[in-house]
Amino acid sequence: MDWLENQREYFGSLSNFSDRLLDGLWTTIQLALLGGALAFVIAIVLGIVAGSPRLWLRGPARVLIEFFRGISLLVLLFWMVYVLPLFWMANPDLPGEELVRNSFLIGVVALGINYGAYGAEAVRASLTTVPNSQWEATTALSMSWLHKMRRVVFPQAWALMLPSLTNLWVHLLKGSAIVYILPGVNDLTFELNNLRRPTDIWFSHALIGLVTYFILALILTLFMHALEARAKHKLGRGPSLKQILTPDPPTAVPDSAGDPASTAAGTDSKSGGAR
Amino acid sequence: MPTPTDSTAAATSAEPDTTPSENPVIEFVDVEKRFGDNVVLKDLNFSVARGERVTLIGPSGSGKTTILRLVMTLEELTGGYIYIDGEALSHEDRDGRRVEVSKKAQKQLRTRIGMVFQQFNLFPNMTVLENITEAPIHVLGRSKKDAVAKAHSLLEQVGLPDKANAHPTSLSGGQQQRVAIARALAMDPEILLLDEVTSALDPEVVDDVLAILRQVAETTNVTMLIVTHEMAFAKDVSHKVMMFDGGHVVEEGHPDKIFSDPDEERTQKFLSAVLGNN
Repeated sequence: MDWLENQREYFGSLSNFSDRLLDGLWTTIQLALLGGALAFVIAIVLGIVAGSPRLWLRGPARVLIEFFRGISLLVLLFWMVYVLPLFWMANPDLPGEELVRNSFLIGVVALGINYGAYGAEAVRASLTTVPNSQWEATTALSMSWLHKMRRVVFPQAWALMLPSLTNLWVHLLKGSAIVYILPGVNDLTFELNNLRRPTDIWFSHALIGLVTYFILALILTLFMHALEARAKHKLGRGPSLKQILTPDPPTAVPDSAGDPASTAAGTDSKSGGAR
Repeated sequence: MPTPTDSTAAATSAEPDTTPSENPVIEFVDVEKRFGDNVVLKDLNFSVARGERVTLIGPSGSGKTTILRLVMTLEELTGGYIYIDGEALSHEDRDGRRVEVSKKAQKQLRTRIGMVFQQFNLFPNMTVLENITEAPIHVLGRSKKDAVAKAHSLLEQVGLPDKANAHPTSLSGGQQQRVAIARALAMDPEILLLDEVTSALDPEVVDDVLAILRQVAETTNVTMLIVTHEMAFAKDVSHKVMMFDGGHVVEEGHPDKIFSDPDEERTQKFLSAVLGNN
């Protein structure tokens, strides 16, 4: 592809720059993992509270969800990194200034809040699908609220909320590219930009970004699909993770007559995982 | 709202009720339950003695199931008092005012009561064994070893010794209901509430489930409050039958009397309709 760029120059600059690209990749992974973890916690807490029958609990949760779901991630980032410090400038005595000046932390928090608010809706909606009779059975066994939620209701809603959470986590990973606007957060997008600017090799650099984010998203998705298969198996639906990961049961190999059955089971497990 | 005569009757009857007698395990005093404007139960008074098995019969909508759900605290009591072993279940009379009992006290009392539901309501995210041991371990604080041993003997008792590690979803309706019975019994309840436990089952497995309940009735001293349409079972098992209609007790008495020679025309009509269908 000589008409696009000089290959030799490209690989030369790439090898010179590979350490920084790997650093950027690591930052992106950290943003996705820490931001995802924070978003998960926020989603669970807000989602459960938003489903409460008590208005004084449900009301504030709803306001928080609608607010953080409605604001742009980009604007939120700008606000947190440029507006928030003004309060500390005006009042130097306020505690926690280091936190406000830690732009990596701000990136994590902004991602967590924004996607956590989305996730809260998935959590809340999934919890409502657990039938009331399940709650009644837990009451008949005198379980405490926390016990009911942790051991009975949440595990049943879990399988249902996982596909939505998978979606949101992949969104969050890609959304983390926006965080490169923050000073001092040198994620993959930031480093790719750095590489592009002096070398002017844009095609291949952009391609690296494209492929890397795709692979990261694929890894997240596969991991979440495994969680989903496990959750479904625990509810008595679909094969166990072990059965899915074992390519073919050894007993089916020598027996050719058993082939149609084993392929049927194979498609079953695939469709189960995709759902 | 009670009529003037009712309220005076309630006032006079309420005096000895502030110190309910030791004997009844369940006591309903002027119980009222309304859903919005719909009054399901009104001025209901009855008591169940320890070890007594009482069957509630009557047309659907007569409030039988609501009575069980009130005892299990699945419904809020809108009027009157329910005492379990002489202790107020949800509300008590404090200096003439009806106040709610503390949540902690309610919870304490609730552990003595078990319930089996029409739709089994097993937890699909747990195995059969886990369904049975979950509450004994985490609510009653029993050791895992004891709870598991007890669960296995209960599974033996309900005829499912080999299903401990099965998933509820892999069991038939009759098997699920037998697990649900084992789950309720694992808590060693003093009171067992059976809410139309065979209504959702295939006809051919109804007898299996009833046989297990008969055996529980014969071998334990559990007080039972039963709502069922299985009149033969009710006749065999219960000490007392109460006929309900429109939230009122139409008639109550020994099953032999009620089923063969009821006093009230309403009871006769209901029984001929139910037994005729059988």
